[in-house]
Amino acid sequence: MNWRKWLLISIVVGYMGILIIAPLGAIVFGAFREGTAAMLTALQHPHVLRSFGLTLIICLVVVAIHGIFGTLVAWVLVRHQFIGKAFVNRLLDLPFAMSPVIVGFTLIVLFGRNGVLKPLTEALDWQIAFALPGMILATLFVTLPFMVRELMPVLEAFGRKQEEAAATLGASGWQTFRLVTFPALRWAFLYGLGLTCARALGEFGAVLVISGGIQGRTETATVYIFRALDDRQYAGAYSAALLLGAISLVLVLVIDVFHRRSQKSIEQR
Amino acid sequence: MTTQTIERATPRLPWGRWSIRGAALTYLAVFLVLPLIVVVVDGLGAGVESITSVVSSPIARHAIWLTIWTGLVMSLINAVMGLLTAFVLVRYEFPGKTLLNAVVDLPFAIPTLVTGVMLVILYGPQAAIGGWLNQQLGWQVIFAPSGIILALLFTSFPFVVRSVQPVLINLDRSSEEAAATLGAPAWQIFWRVTLPALLPALVSGTLLSFARAIGEFGAIVVVAGNIPLRSQTAAVYVYGEIESGSQRDASAMSLVMLAIALGTMSLVDWLSRRREVQA
Repeated sequence: MNWRKWLLISIVVGYMGILIIAPLGAIVFGAFREGTAAMLTALQHPHVLRSFGLTLIICLVVVAIHGIFGTLVAWVLVRHQFIGKAFVNRLLDLPFAMSPVIVGFTLIVLFGRNGVLKPLTEALDWQIAFALPGMILATLFVTLPFMVRELMPVLEAFGRKQEEAAATLGASGWQTFRLVTFPALRWAFLYGLGLTCARALGEFGAVLVISGGIQGRTETATVYIFRALDDRQYAGAYSAALLLGAISLVLVLVIDVFHRRSQKSIEQR
Repeated sequence: MTTQTIERATPRLPWGRWSIRGAALTYLAVFLVLPLIVVVVDGLGAGVESITSVVSSPIARHAIWLTIWTGLVMSLINAVMGLLTAFVLVRYEFPGKTLLNAVVDLPFAIPTLVTGVMLVILYGPQAAIGGWLNQQLGWQVIFAPSGIILALLFTSFPFVVRSVQPVLINLDRSSEEAAATLGAPAWQIFWRVTLPALLPALVSGTLLSFARAIGEFGAIVVVAGNIPLRSQTAAVYVYGEIESGSQRDASAMSLVMLAIALGTMSLVDWLSRRREVQA
């Protein structure tokens, strides 16, 4: 009995060590190989700074939009009754089946050089493809389900009793939401925002296609890493990859706290 | 009576309700349905013959086949190792278990492009391990199918573990204990009693990881590069065709990828519905 237990544990630990831990160790080793000073110099390159700045901007805009509309969608899908609701609910898994490259491609079809909507955007003098708006759109597509999927179960578990009580006491719809419903959702809301942000930080395929990867102009952190690797600027690529990986990891660890609180609030009901 | 008082106390203006619903559904239509419609309309716009002619070119055919078989190999390994990992995490107590459980989620936390960079550093021809594997065993990882499988194994590791784990935790152990009382050896209990109970979760986790693998791009493009007829997967093919301006080829391949991924996900959906009906 005992030998079997330890055999199975060592197989799992060995597998995860080779598959997950070894590559993680490799990137730390790769980034520090030429010394800490070389790494810091590489990270201070204007293209690196600019690309991380762009990633941050995209992340903030995407989180704000999904924060508002994702909450709205979760509310409608849980509290409203309408024909086709089950179908809409199943559609939410669609981005899961869609390769980021395909998402980028649809934006090229719409806004690219021979894009369907090109005459319209040209008339309005909007630059979408190969510019920030297109990159934000691409990231919005890829990160849509996270907010909704986090909020729906919590909203369902919360139920309507307290909302109805507030309404009976004369609270308006908005007051009820702000003072009664939202406080119950807040941990799930924060967790959803964090997940969306984490996914936006790491988005690559869709953004690469629609941005055109113009050096120092439309490069996000991931697009910069890809280009630096291609140009054999290994110090820059490895350092930026380590930094981006570390940021994502810390973010996910932090929002895990929100996740636990949110799970607890569901269990208490 | 009570509902009536509530209705009166809250003058729920129907237009408020409708505008909220309208805004939510418009947002979903734009960000969820629009890309699908664009791909389908653009892909079918040129006619079905156009799709078949693109897809039957040797390079495209190789890309599709490579994507499918590396995805299948990954799914198989992932099913076995994911099941084993979930089993060890649920049934055994050992020091460092909490840490091991946390490591399972790491692949979801790390951007897939960064995963690709990590694998290149570890297994690249200049790297110690990659060089050794190449020279001693003649085994090339980077720019080869084994690199693709490795990258997919990394990015999809949590799928099977996290779908089997909750089922295993909630599993009623009385049947296992009954089998043990009747003198069944441990492996037989697992094979005949435990595994059948876990099978639905195992199959859906495995299929989901396969559907996800069809579209994986970030990790693969770094690890496998873009070598037609050798290491170019369907997603990388689409990227290459967009870059070279041949939209027709890109949209035909996109349709094929979508069909495979959506088909796999519908299978998962169908299996879970059938189970609900039976239960």
